[in-house]
Amino acid sequence: MKLERGPLDWLESEAIFILREVAGECANPVLLFSGGKDSIVLTRLAEKAFRPARFPFPLLHIDTGHNFPEVIAFRDARVAELGERLIVRSVEDSIGRGTVRLRSPGESRNAAQSVTLLEAIAEFGFDAAIGGARRDEEKARAKERIFSFRDEFGQWDPRNQRPELWDLYNARVRPGEHVRVFPISNWTELDVWQYIERERLAVPSIYYAHRRAVMRRKGLLVPVTPLTLPRPGEAVEELWVRFRTVGDMTCTCPVESRARTAAEVIAETAASAVTERGATRLDDHASESSMERRKREGYF
Amino acid sequence: MAGAGAAERGVVRFITCGSVDDGKSTLIGRLLHDTRAVLRDQLAAVASASRRRGLAMLDFSLLTDGLEAERAQGITIDVAWRYFCTPRRRFIIADTPGHEQYTRNMVTAASTADAAVILLDATRGLRAQSRRHLLIAHLLGIRHVIVAVNKLDLAAYAREAFDAVREEFDRVAASIKVPAPRFIPISALHGDMVVERGARLGWYEGPTLLEALEAIAPLETAAALPLRFPVQLVCREGARALMGRVAAGTARPGMEVVALPSGRRTRIRDVRLPDPRREQAAAGDSAAIVLEDELDVARGDMIADAGCPPRPARSFEARLCWLAEEPLDPRSRYALKHTTRTLAAKFASLESRVDVDTLEPRPVVAGVGANDIFRARLAAPAPLFADAYARCRATGAFILMDEATHRTVAAGMIE
Repeated sequence: MKLERGPLDWLESEAIFILREVAGECANPVLLFSGGKDSIVLTRLAEKAFRPARFPFPLLHIDTGHNFPEVIAFRDARVAELGERLIVRSVEDSIGRGTVRLRSPGESRNAAQSVTLLEAIAEFGFDAAIGGARRDEEKARAKERIFSFRDEFGQWDPRNQRPELWDLYNARVRPGEHVRVFPISNWTELDVWQYIERERLAVPSIYYAHRRAVMRRKGLLVPVTPLTLPRPGEAVEELWVRFRTVGDMTCTCPVESRARTAAEVIAETAASAVTERGATRLDDHASESSMERRKREGYF
Repeated sequence: MAGAGAAERGVVRFITCGSVDDGKSTLIGRLLHDTRAVLRDQLAAVASASRRRGLAMLDFSLLTDGLEAERAQGITIDVAWRYFCTPRRRFIIADTPGHEQYTRNMVTAASTADAAVILLDATRGLRAQSRRHLLIAHLLGIRHVIVAVNKLDLAAYAREAFDAVREEFDRVAASIKVPAPRFIPISALHGDMVVERGARLGWYEGPTLLEALEAIAPLETAAALPLRFPVQLVCREGARALMGRVAAGTARPGMEVVALPSGRRTRIRDVRLPDPRREQAAAGDSAAIVLEDELDVARGDMIADAGCPPRPARSFEARLCWLAEEPLDPRSRYALKHTTRTLAAKFASLESRVDVDTLEPRPVVAGVGANDIFRARLAAPAPLFADAYARCRATGAFILMDEATHRTVAAGMIE
């Protein structure tokens, strides 16, 4: 039977090729796995790239301590299903060591993740960290290479990136340096959902429509959580919502939705008038350039 | 809308290139906007940024100029990738810089592109950079070149302005034996002939820019070539499977193949694909191949069509683009990556430098520096199994990496 190849097959083959290049070129790689949809897709691609053998790398989660419990439960269930090794390093420990200092206990730990990630990379001597970032997410990401070099401080220098030609990736680093590798760079949010549907991948329940108490702030829906409580005079409503990203609880907002399956999310995403980060991340709103600044400092 | 019919669409990758101020970022912003790839919050950000800069209308270039440094300078300093789709095709755009010292970024983006859109300012005509863009597109093996003659709104939408630029460009293309590009008159600022035809270019009867891009069939030619399967990894669980991505041709069970460099012949027993229903792996497919005989094959080896294997060469001629700031040192040893194989290489001789203004070969007098395009002979300690780049991109391309700094210093195309 001759089957047509579509864009998803092309993207899948490219991502598998990239994962295998990491395995072939890097001495000590790691795959960043948060339990979010992009990293769920990465674990499926890794199965396709390496099974029946084990993954040639462990999984690493940087736990902010502000995660939605559904996502942590999902993470552990998926790791058990894969039978692979998961390393968890937490921002809480960095706070204990004094390497992360917060102005207030409840503030977003999104930026603090970079510190903990770099500490974990140094602790294990990883020379490559595979992540699920996509170029369609944000303007600064749109400029990043697939194999993206980080110096000994973990920093990205957007003006001094290695040229990346054909599919001849340069993964060479000196001790203390590493590369971030983004196998799904060329995927869009819609591709991710179409892949989730096609591969029948399970995702944390909060990606689908559920009833949730929320407040309206700056045009966003802020979930009521132990860390984000209503301010005096602020109205709390219970709405049908779903999350498009599942990051730090203090800065991740759901959108109104009735989509209860991947197919329904696809239908909504295709018709969506707001980008994923615009709808759901309070921290990215801060300034036109906030993502670029954080990336330079070692963010995902 | 996605959904029905999505699986029938191919992916087209194209680059956009132009000199500073030719309106490249505006064109990309226009393509994204008019194909409805720009969403409400992005548009609101552009509107408020345009107002802050005191502009009367939306500045679409703000959609694509991503980095702080270039927003300040008003130029695009690196390659940025953008995505949009139409009911017929999926597109990946690489937005490449027009600024003189950033040729390496255009080479980078062109290396993976199926098509090139070269942007010209109708009021200014050809410039040294335009010739360089055409040369690089040609050198990098891009088969579809579209010249978008922009800013016709500033030339009263006159046919004469378009024809003058076209004739000048055609002469340059003929002089380097490039197939005649397609020319399209546009105004990126006002949107004429980009996605919509507009009402002001009635004398032009050809396709809009988007229609021309949609008509490009993604390269099926690579699948029709003899099989080239560079081995990435060997899976030792169960039947010994060779993992890799088909660089050219098609791998089918039963076909006779040769393993290189050993030269041992055998047949393919089984081809495993990400979609288990498929049995043949064509160019572009990641796959795992099981051979009839368990040969000693490792990463960097190649499985090739036994009837038409690539030629082995320890010494070969290539055209290169020097990408590094530091000049080429002919005494240095470089790491050469070709397919999945990395080995040492040295320059045996520097043959000539290509003058990007006249496109004539010139003797290499003052050495080779950043952005130079040149011909050279390289030597390696073991044979490379390669095809001419003009015939097969994936097995004709290589990069050079500096052994000390590990930076990628050159892009090479085997002749």
